[in-house]
Amino acid sequence: MSKSHLELTGVSMSFDTPQGPFQALDTINLKIRKGEFVSLIGHSGCGKSTVLNIVAGLLQASQGGCVLDGHEVNTPGPERAVVFQNHALMPWLTVYENVELAVRQVFRKSMTKRERQDWIIHNLELVNMAHAQDKRPGEISGGMAQRVGIARALSMRPSVLLMDEPFGALDALTRAHLQDALMEIQQDLNSTVIMITHDVDEAVLLSDRIVMMTNGPAATVGEELTIDLPRPRNRVTLADDDQYVHYRQAVLRFLYEKQRFPGKGDKAPQASTPTEEADSTAPESPVEVKAPEPQSTSAKTKKPVATAVQD
Amino acid sequence: MSTLTSTNPLLQLIRRRYPDVTGKALLQSVTLPVLGIALFLIAWQLVAPQINTSLGNFPTPANVYEQAGQLWQEHQNEQDRADRYVEMQEKRNARILADNPDAETRIRPYPGAPTFIDQIFTSLKTVLAGFFLATIIAVPLGIMIGLNRYFAAAANPIIQIFKPVSPLAWLPLVTMVVSATYVSDDPMFEKSFITSMVTVTLCSLWPTLINTATGVAQVNPDLVNVSKVLRLPFWTHARKVVLPAAVPMIFTGLRVSLGIAWMVLIAAEMLAQNPGLGKFVWDEFQNGSSDSLSRIMVAVLAIGFIGYVLDRIMLMIQRKVAWDE
Ligand SMILES: Nc1ncnc2c1ncn2[C@@H]1O[C@H](COP(=O)(O)OP(=O)(O)OP(=O)(O)O)[C@@H](O)[C@H]1O
Ligand SMILES: [Mg+2]
Repeated sequence: MSKSHLELTGVSMSFDTPQGPFQALDTINLKIRKGEFVSLIGHSGCGKSTVLNIVAGLLQASQGGCVLDGHEVNTPGPERAVVFQNHALMPWLTVYENVELAVRQVFRKSMTKRERQDWIIHNLELVNMAHAQDKRPGEISGGMAQRVGIARALSMRPSVLLMDEPFGALDALTRAHLQDALMEIQQDLNSTVIMITHDVDEAVLLSDRIVMMTNGPAATVGEELTIDLPRPRNRVTLADDDQYVHYRQAVLRFLYEKQRFPGKGDKAPQASTPTEEADSTAPESPVEVKAPEPQSTSAKTKKPVATAVQD
Repeated sequence: MSTLTSTNPLLQLIRRRYPDVTGKALLQSVTLPVLGIALFLIAWQLVAPQINTSLGNFPTPANVYEQAGQLWQEHQNEQDRADRYVEMQEKRNARILADNPDAETRIRPYPGAPTFIDQIFTSLKTVLAGFFLATIIAVPLGIMIGLNRYFAAAANPIIQIFKPVSPLAWLPLVTMVVSATYVSDDPMFEKSFITSMVTVTLCSLWPTLINTATGVAQVNPDLVNVSKVLRLPFWTHARKVVLPAAVPMIFTGLRVSLGIAWMVLIAAEMLAQNPGLGKFVWDEFQNGSSDSLSRIMVAVLAIGFIGYVLDRIMLMIQRKVAWDE
């Protein structure tokens, strides 16, 4: 096998909590080729974000490590750009200025001012957002803001694009739109992508490979599924495709038969953890691990707190 | 008048909440406050004569109004006198220069006592200086405390202990320290000014400090992660991410601080004898003439009104600067 582009070797993660150490990940091994689109799927709280954050350098693995193009990953950096679930745009900057913040930092030495301007506009055009460049995040829809978040990540010209549930907070239609846009961009740029998702259809449609994680604690890679569907892919025609249906079933079987009981007897959830509980019985929709209800997502978005004096 | 009503916060609030309700609601928003003030004045008028003091009855609204006019008149008179005083000197100087072109001439400022209006300006100058000093101390310090949790843990007990201290407790210490350290033959500022200003600073910097630190510590962790992914240098991170993110909280703190500063100032001026509104109240109290209580009441209303205006100005600046409104 050829030398891989991104490699996780024996990654384990244990968090220090007031109740003692909490083993979130156990010996994760993963090799990713250049230009590959990999989805991470698993029940809520199994440790997908933790894996992504370790690759991003935002978290340090307790054991094992991550190597990108022969260099060990220790700190965050723009060559591993992250798209956050809730766009994470600076609310006081316009769309243009948000991308500019990234471009100026990454290319301040290698591009002239003029080139940087063109590059910012180019990336906004990629996600179809150039028309709103002077708007602030508060003035555009969630889907548009998410596009800008993607444009900002792409503008860093990353080796790997890391996406943590990038479309989780969006309604189904907007999500479909952005999935198509992402497929196109990824094909054009041939970028390496690791994407976390709860959506089985999204995973099958977009990925070259789906990495399924077992339930935590001590989660690890359960199964890997290579999606061998020709590109460009069309969601409508694929819906009846035998191969597509087969892949979809394979993922569903893993999630709802083999990993049916999240927590493996972990009855007491960690009090200090921010993730919500996975539904251990049958979810409402058979296709989704987590139903994307707009109201549930709006409750997740953080608002800046500006209240009176606090101690 | 129309500009006055359009900046009325209550009207704005009503317009924003109920954009389609006009006539009746707007009428109410004018009539009800007017009614409130009218009822207050009536109650005051009724109660005041019942309160007997050694300086006569408690002043009625009419007494206070009369004294307000009186104070304004005194100010006008003093100004005229000052103008004439300067004019006289100028004429004299011109004569001297005509005789001897090399003669050194100078104009002495009018030596009269400051009027009520002068004292208002002295108070404003003092409070703004103290508040400005508090801001340039509290905001950078708050950012440091908010960014570094070790620093925060170390600073917390000090903040908690000094925050509730009354200006009256600080003042003697400040007075002594200023007398000992601020010595110069031709001082740029009066000692009483420095003392009042420093006392204002000491009492008013806490809300800004605490709010800045809280605002900085509460910056959305996703935004901090963006900054990390971009590898922003510390100063860029502080300037481009942390500071703007904390601006709404900082301004909330600044408004509280300015309110405290104005409140503290009056007490500080009374004791430090800074020639502002505090000294005015104190002098009138010492004077004990039959008009004193009315004149003090004018000062009370002026203090309240100026405090309100200061808060409105801060709110306007906040709206201009903050991104969340
Ligand atoms: N800083 C932390 N301290 C302690 N425990 C943590 C911390 N971060 C995550 N965990 C725990 O590690 C486990 C994995 O969390 P993680 O956020 O990676 O899950 P996830 O798969 O991304 O979940 P979701 O799908 O809900 O986003 C969870 O049990 C969580 O409670
Ligand atoms: Mg997650």
